[in-house]
Amino acid sequence: MDFAFSEEQEMLKKMARDFLSDKCPKTLVKEMEEDEKGYSPELWQEMADLGWMGLVFPEKYGGSNMTFLDLAVLLEEMGRACLSEPFFSTVILGGLPILDAGSEKQKQEYLPKIAGGKAIFTLALTEPSAQYNPSSIAVKAIAENDDFIISGTKLFVPNAHIADYLLCVVRTSQQARAEEGVTIFIVDAKGPGISYTVLKTIANDKLCEVVFDKVRVSKENILGQLDQGWSVVQRIVERAAVAKCCEMVGGMQKVLEMTVDYAKERKQFDRPIGSFQIIQHYCSNMATDVDGSRFGTYQAAWMLSEGLPGTKEVAIAKAWIGEASERVIGFAHQIHGAIGVTMDHDLQFYTRRLKAAQLTFGGADFYREIVAQEMEL
Amino acid sequence: MDFRFTKEQEKFRQEVRGFLEEELRQGNFEPSCDAWIQGYSPEFTRKVAQKGWIGLTWPEEYGGQGHSNVDRFILTEEMLRYGAPAACHWFADRQIGGSILRYGTEEQKKELLPKILRGEAYIGLGMSEPEAGSDLAAVKTRATEDGDDYILDGQKMWTSCGMFMNYIYLVARTDPEAPKHRGISEFVVDVSLPGITITPTIDITGSQAWAEVFFDGMRIPKKCLIGEKNRGFYQIVNQLAYERAGLERLMANYPLFDAIIKFAKETKRMGKSLSQDRLIRYKLAQLQVEFEIGRLLTYRVALVIDKGSTPTVEAAMAKAYSTTFEQHLASTAMEILGLYGQVTAGSKWVPILGMAPHSYLGSKGYSLQAGASEVLRNIVAERGLGLSGKL
Ligand SMILES: Cc1cc2nc3c(=O)[nH]c(=O)nc-3n(C[C@H](O)[C@H](O)[C@H](O)COP(=O)(O)OP(=O)(O)OC[C@H]3O[C@@H](n4cnc5c(N)ncnc54)[C@H](O)[C@@H]3O)c2cc1C
Repeated sequence: MDFAFSEEQEMLKKMARDFLSDKCPKTLVKEMEEDEKGYSPELWQEMADLGWMGLVFPEKYGGSNMTFLDLAVLLEEMGRACLSEPFFSTVILGGLPILDAGSEKQKQEYLPKIAGGKAIFTLALTEPSAQYNPSSIAVKAIAENDDFIISGTKLFVPNAHIADYLLCVVRTSQQARAEEGVTIFIVDAKGPGISYTVLKTIANDKLCEVVFDKVRVSKENILGQLDQGWSVVQRIVERAAVAKCCEMVGGMQKVLEMTVDYAKERKQFDRPIGSFQIIQHYCSNMATDVDGSRFGTYQAAWMLSEGLPGTKEVAIAKAWIGEASERVIGFAHQIHGAIGVTMDHDLQFYTRRLKAAQLTFGGADFYREIVAQEMEL
Repeated sequence: MDFRFTKEQEKFRQEVRGFLEEELRQGNFEPSCDAWIQGYSPEFTRKVAQKGWIGLTWPEEYGGQGHSNVDRFILTEEMLRYGAPAACHWFADRQIGGSILRYGTEEQKKELLPKILRGEAYIGLGMSEPEAGSDLAAVKTRATEDGDDYILDGQKMWTSCGMFMNYIYLVARTDPEAPKHRGISEFVVDVSLPGITITPTIDITGSQAWAEVFFDGMRIPKKCLIGEKNRGFYQIVNQLAYERAGLERLMANYPLFDAIIKFAKETKRMGKSLSQDRLIRYKLAQLQVEFEIGRLLTYRVALVIDKGSTPTVEAAMAKAYSTTFEQHLASTAMEILGLYGQVTAGSKWVPILGMAPHSYLGSKGYSLQAGASEVLRNIVAERGLGLSGKL
């Protein structure tokens, strides 16, 4: 048993932290929130040059053959930096599913592009029903000769407006079990019939409505098997949930550090507020929530990295972190006083992003139900 | 990073389970909450000793097995899961043996360690006094040097296992003139010597949980002193980290967790089992999530010890977290049982052996013993985060 990163992973972490504190200051984060595209193509290319996008791909697809746990290290640092680049959607929601379920031809076509920073991917999964269960997949793809025609609306699709490709989860046949009849297509995001609206969200994180109006895709573009896509989706959601947890751990750790530093600096009644015991206890509770989230997340990430079945561990991590991050943010604001609720302060970046992260890929209730199932209740 | 146990550790866990299953099958104990601190069974302790499971982490030259603390946590985790009556040896195994190993003389090691290993030393912890609770350094019990002896005068209270202990570990003042942290020493004392009076204290569950211990000119040989005279407080700080470190802080009422889950699955209300009820599913799943996080925070403590560090901050964090979980578990179980929650053991209509009300009441003490949660949060804030209470 060992809960620590390896020496190489610690080095990767340090390298990522140095790089991001240099290249991704909060001024850039703010700028990107207001920017229409929402990311910096220059920074994106630099990340590709560092080998980040292809980190876990095999070398033959332009990758470095590292593990999901190594990726977890990067994600944590990205969460800490509030990075706005479309890394999560491209690698976690696009590249890894293709690596999992793609044909050799698809891997050869797409993975080197991702590794080189030449293609942005995203996943069009959720719909206006905003659920992550199989029965909520209602957008249909109708077979027509060797093609399928997709029509309908996908919602909360990250970075769709800048994406080159969408993995689109659709219903290809109506079966008794909702898990059956779900198919994933790799769709050219710039093709005819697709339109986007960027939603206004608390994190300004470019979640989109994507409308498919008779979009034609070849059956060649099916990722995995026709009608058998749900198990791939489950894997995507599981991995995305852990990856979100990693980002959240990075953000929560930073919030803890900011708050403790502030408590040491800020003086009222002629003493640092950190000398008041109640403030100390808030900080102590925050540290406990951060550590609990960290180990829960690492455990889940490690399970997936080792290829072990981690449904329960993922559920525990995401169920826990949703509420833990809520408490951490709550204490952070209380300790910061009014300055923390201004747009000029960095804390608000984390507050908005952590809330968005809690909601995405299943909230605490969603995962508690999975835990209940794992307990055979 | 590796969240797995080794093959040997998995095997060891199975071995411990096998032993406990067999004990259960033979009717040698009933699973119960708090059995690690209240379950008196010399017979059980003797068997555990024969297995070599006391002093598991001690060096082999002193009769230990040189195992890691993760191994010891596996052992104790299973004892706690089964609610096994391990009180006779628990303190000696957990902290006093280690203290003697660290600070004791060769003579003390030769005399006391084999007794602990054989499961014959039932050691109670004589720290708290009427005016020394969280502020342990305020102890007033005096140990006055007199020739080859010390003379003890004063009073201890809340001494768990006090009614059956044959030794008491003692924190006493050896220099009344010195600042309060610098005049304290540690002793291990044979309670069969004259000059000691031990009377029971009944806890909120009605159990005889503690003793009050009075010393009235009790003469003890000097060799009872452990470590350096007047350095006791600094020695204890280390020991307290071990006292707080274990899974007993997370799993004291684990048998109730098992029982309430089973109860929810098996009990039908309007044709549906309780576990199908959304609210009850939610509550039990939430407990499971909290438990698993607590388990990680606690195993982390074992890993820190195995790396050779004193887990002061980590143990404080894990304990404060874990006792909150235990209290949440107990109160949730009471909610699920509804009116039946109030019926106590031995009564007609009592569900799940009355574990819920026993645990509910008893759990009020979890967040006090071995460091009140507020004091533990002080430790995390001051030692872990560098927040100072001093102006
Ligand atoms: C089940 C059980 C078993 C026990 N077994 C033993 C045993 O075997 N041997 C033994 O010696 N003792 C034992 N104790 C006693 C235990 O160590 C004390 O209860 C504990 O040290 C707290 O002391 P106290 O009860 O006097 O509370 P106090 O110290 O008076 O505390 C009362 C309240 O004040 C708070 N408080 C105190 N100081 C601070 C501070 N600096 N900052 C913020 N808040 C503070 C506490 O957190 C608590 O909320 C046991 C207690 C229990 C409940």
